[in-house]
Amino acid sequence: MPVVVGLWCVAGFIAIAAVAIAIGRFSRASALIYGASLLVSLAALAFGLQHLIGAGFPDMVDYPLGVPGIGAHFRLDALSAFFLVVINLGGAAASLYAIGYGRHEIAPLRVLPFFPAYLGGMNLVLLADDAFSFLVAWEFMSLTSWALVLANHRAPENVRAGYIYLVMAGFGTLSLLLAFGLLAGPDGSYAFESIRASHPVPFVAALTLLLTLLGAGSKAGLVPLHVWLPLAHPAAPSHVSALMSGVMTKVAVYGFIRIAFDLLGEPVWWWSLIVLAIGAITAVIGILYALMQRDIKRLLAYSTVENIGIVFIGLGLALAFRANKMELPAALALTAALFHVLNHSLYKSLLFFGAGAVLTATGKRSLEDLGGLIHRMPNTAIVVLIGCAAISALPPLNGFVSEWMIFQAILVGPQLPQWGLRFMVPTVGALLALSAALTAACFVKAYGVMFLGRPRTPAAEAATDADRFSLSAMFILAAFCFCAGVLPGLVIDILAPVAQSLLGARMPVQVHLPFSLAWASILPIAESRSSYNGFIILAFLVISGTFTAMFIHRFATRATRRSAIWDCGYPDPSVATQYSSSSFVMPIRRVFGATVFDVRRSLDMPRPGETRPGSFHLKVWDPVWRYFYGPVARLVLRSATVLNQLQFLTIRRYLTLVFATLILLLMVVAAWR
Amino acid sequence: MALMAEIAAQAVQMLLVLAIAPLMLGITRKVKARLLRRIGPPIWQPYLDLWKLMHKEAVLAHNASWLYRTAPYLVFAATWVAAALVPTYATNLMFSWSADLIAIVALLGTGRFALALAGMDVGTAFGGIGSSREMLIASLAEPAMLLVVFTVALIAGTTQLSVIAETFIGGVGVRVSLGLALLAFVFIAVAENARIPIDNPATHLELTMVHEAMVLEYSGRHLAMIEAAAALKLMLYFSLLACLFFPFGMATKDQSEIALAIGLGSYLAKLVVLAALLPIGETAVAKMRVFRYPIFLGSAFAAAALAVFLLFVSRGGL
Amino acid sequence: MRALSFDIAHLLAGLMLVLSFLLLYQDRITAMLNVFAMQAVALSASVAWQAVIQDAPHLLVTAAIALVVKGIVIPTALHRIVRKLGIHREIEEVIGAGLTMLVGLGLVALSILLMLPVGEKVSILVREDLAFALAVILLGLLMMITRRNAVTQIVGFMSLENGLVLAASGAKGMPLVVEFSVAFSVLIAFIVFGVFVFRIRERFDSVDVSALDRFRGERGEQP
Repeated sequence: MPVVVGLWCVAGFIAIAAVAIAIGRFSRASALIYGASLLVSLAALAFGLQHLIGAGFPDMVDYPLGVPGIGAHFRLDALSAFFLVVINLGGAAASLYAIGYGRHEIAPLRVLPFFPAYLGGMNLVLLADDAFSFLVAWEFMSLTSWALVLANHRAPENVRAGYIYLVMAGFGTLSLLLAFGLLAGPDGSYAFESIRASHPVPFVAALTLLLTLLGAGSKAGLVPLHVWLPLAHPAAPSHVSALMSGVMTKVAVYGFIRIAFDLLGEPVWWWSLIVLAIGAITAVIGILYALMQRDIKRLLAYSTVENIGIVFIGLGLALAFRANKMELPAALALTAALFHVLNHSLYKSLLFFGAGAVLTATGKRSLEDLGGLIHRMPNTAIVVLIGCAAISALPPLNGFVSEWMIFQAILVGPQLPQWGLRFMVPTVGALLALSAALTAACFVKAYGVMFLGRPRTPAAEAATDADRFSLSAMFILAAFCFCAGVLPGLVIDILAPVAQSLLGARMPVQVHLPFSLAWASILPIAESRSSYNGFIILAFLVISGTFTAMFIHRFATRATRRSAIWDCGYPDPSVATQYSSSSFVMPIRRVFGATVFDVRRSLDMPRPGETRPGSFHLKVWDPVWRYFYGPVARLVLRSATVLNQLQFLTIRRYLTLVFATLILLLMVVAAWR
Repeated sequence: MALMAEIAAQAVQMLLVLAIAPLMLGITRKVKARLLRRIGPPIWQPYLDLWKLMHKEAVLAHNASWLYRTAPYLVFAATWVAAALVPTYATNLMFSWSADLIAIVALLGTGRFALALAGMDVGTAFGGIGSSREMLIASLAEPAMLLVVFTVALIAGTTQLSVIAETFIGGVGVRVSLGLALLAFVFIAVAENARIPIDNPATHLELTMVHEAMVLEYSGRHLAMIEAAAALKLMLYFSLLACLFFPFGMATKDQSEIALAIGLGSYLAKLVVLAALLPIGETAVAKMRVFRYPIFLGSAFAAAALAVFLLFVSRGGL
Repeated sequence: MRALSFDIAHLLAGLMLVLSFLLLYQDRITAMLNVFAMQAVALSASVAWQAVIQDAPHLLVTAAIALVVKGIVIPTALHRIVRKLGIHREIEEVIGAGLTMLVGLGLVALSILLMLPVGEKVSILVREDLAFALAVILLGLLMMITRRNAVTQIVGFMSLENGLVLAASGAKGMPLVVEFSVAFSVLIAFIVFGVFVFRIRERFDSVDVSALDRFRGERGEQP
């Protein structure tokens, strides 16, 4: 029965979308539509969670829809249930946020119908159980989100973002289509059930994996397919950006897990080399580019690229262990990756909401125009601080827990028999550590320039805090970040059925009923023999910090005086003397500049005596554009120019072409026999 | 009763690190002064400084936020907790399982995050320069640190410090890898503690400073907290060095009074030796330019990576 | 528990590798020459230790040659050259030291990957020596590629040769004649290099070998 409930939720979303078309032009409609989306998301969330905790059996249902002879299959198992939870948690938070935020929408009819349809599309991808429904749902999700990217279609950069997104989405779906074609084999068994039963030959399986990496990776943002993310995610309204970054990339991860771990059967060890390498490169490149950004939403989009890289590192490790029949480490790595999926959806949504609140309050997206918001938007400042700390993998918050688990899996890496993997795993570990440290730098910069310091523009000075719906959505997500970091054992136990169903093994039970001191500490598998307890760490931090403050205030002094800034004796009233976003990352840009960035600087210094102002321009490009997409685009253009001649032939020539093709095909058939 | 004793042992460690951290700072300053043919302040001077700062009025800029006022306590608490979780004189203290080596390093990261934000709070050029450089150094040090952890964990089979110390006390033979890991660890520790050649703890009013630039605006009790945290961090790295590379003398299975006394004595002796070695090293080298940091920390990374590779080689097939 | 003999051989060979890295790291010529001398001493110790554990006294001769020629004579001579030319500080790098070291790490990983799984028949000690030796050779080559200064190129070449000797000492029963001829050819090479350095200096007033490229017209008008 459960899967039908899920389909009803999808139907509910579609119905809301239909209603939205009808009533979207009324001013009250926004709150109504988002409220209804919130309710349906909560229902789907509860239903997914119930299936996951209850460890229910996979449930299937067939409908005679879609392609004749195949029908439409839907199925709910632990993996889909977990992703249902992630997606609807994000969806519910975004809906709640949008009840307040949506009031500022300029053209509500361009957003309201697509928002619930988009949620419905994502939910449908998770429930699909045959290639046809999967691809239809996938494409539906892409198109609705594309429409949302173009919500503000007057800005030229949004049009460009929408175009690039459409091209990349089409490419991704094409790759997935080919992957499913390979999986289905010559018999055309498109239902996942029969794909699972068949075992493709290693070459075909490897090719399928590569195509899946391309297809799911282009949606998730793996380097070098990440270029559309930082363009498209910021273009949409902030609650949609949160969904695209925090949630839709997770659907892509789901697609990869579904194919690589479920449908493909036993992996070969060298697959994991590819996944690990791409994951590690994605993580480092993503965060390095996030650091260079001045636009807050673009920074967050690049940081999503980084987090997807971390998730794929976990998945690559899981593949490596699984290929070598090391089920327990594989369960650890997979659980870590899934935990990170959940974490990222929590804090990335939270941060996008915060960026949206700042955008509404000031109208500015560039960090260089903000500053000092901690005084004007105190509540937003608190929750965004929690989000920044969580994404920077700081204990005792949740981001640290999943990265800690991935490190534990990495430490088991040398037990792998293949030498290539043994060298790969510590390298990946070092890159992961680098990206974690750079993340902290990135979010110190983002938070410091946005919320701290002195306001850099009058708009930042006049900001006011967000409305209560937006704030409550952010506070709820921050609370989840906090709880998942302090009580990670609960999350790990909830995740256990997923690893169990995919790998046949799970991490040990974390939360034992008899209450003891070891309660709530994570114990990974026996091989790593380590443990971490976020609860105790938090307790220690709170107790020692409070104790110290009380001690000093009681026995020393609490006298405080306000005064002007000291700044070593050279205070400058101009706000431009503060460290800006670009100056903060200048050392990092210089260290990695030669190898990773495509930096163009121009310095115009007036000669002595000249009175015009000097200027300094800095543009950091993604070298992928120049070295990968540039040549590809030129090649396409050139071949299109050549093929264009086909449009201007006479009828006789066209007939000749058709005839020649026919003869050619007949000859091929003859030769084949 | 056993529970009480365990809690007491943990509490002793917690207070012990707090009590002797300023002393270690005092010893390094004294040795440094003597090396420069100065008499130098008495070794208990840091206690007096802290006491004085605590009783001074705290001067805040007009636009300082609540983050600026709470950050010193958070930095202090995070560093203190991290320092208290490193095994010092005995292994297997009550809460030692609640954080492993990675978590301890990350806890220091929490402190650094708070301090870097506090440096940007008032909106000065100095604060920004300090925060920016601090995060650069942390980013470069982290991969090397992970590889050091990897080396140690590969030999001991875990990242749990107590178990590592016990394994190493048992003897692991002559290991080039451990030597390299030690080298990398020393480099990282120097960078993380803002010592020469990366940073100069004794300087002010100089564009090359990092840590001091970040905390430039602080005064009074807040500054006291930050100074105490810096002393604790130095102490933590001493303890970590002693625990990972020279764990002999530590009380392990045998938790009798004598064993604990031996552990405590040897721990203090190790600390004093390290506190004397640090200024000797510092006096021998010159402060680096900021853009030499990547080379310095890159060589730490290279040493740690070599340590891992050599470990693979010496194990052959593992 | 493994034998102490293995541990010590491992230590010495590992030391040579580390010193190769130090050569890459150094940015001053005099310091680099000292590191090179240290590597030669480590090499001779390693070979001597091989002589003891393999019970092959002729390897002691090799060790002595390495110690005298490469540990003392050549560094001293190079020091003199450097002092005469007044170039004791500068090392011009083609690519940054950080990147060079990363590439070096990759080379070490590559040599270990190549050597370790190959010879399952030979003892672990020999395999390990071969892996280290290959790494030292590759690092020597890397150093010759990434440095412009002629003196550093000599040092890179000598360090490469150290790796060859290390490889040879691990393989049992290398004839002494070969050993002598190698040492001799190295000496000849050194003399050739030395003369070469002075000639460059005379002509171009610099020991930057890119001056040669300019002379051949390869680099156009670039300064």
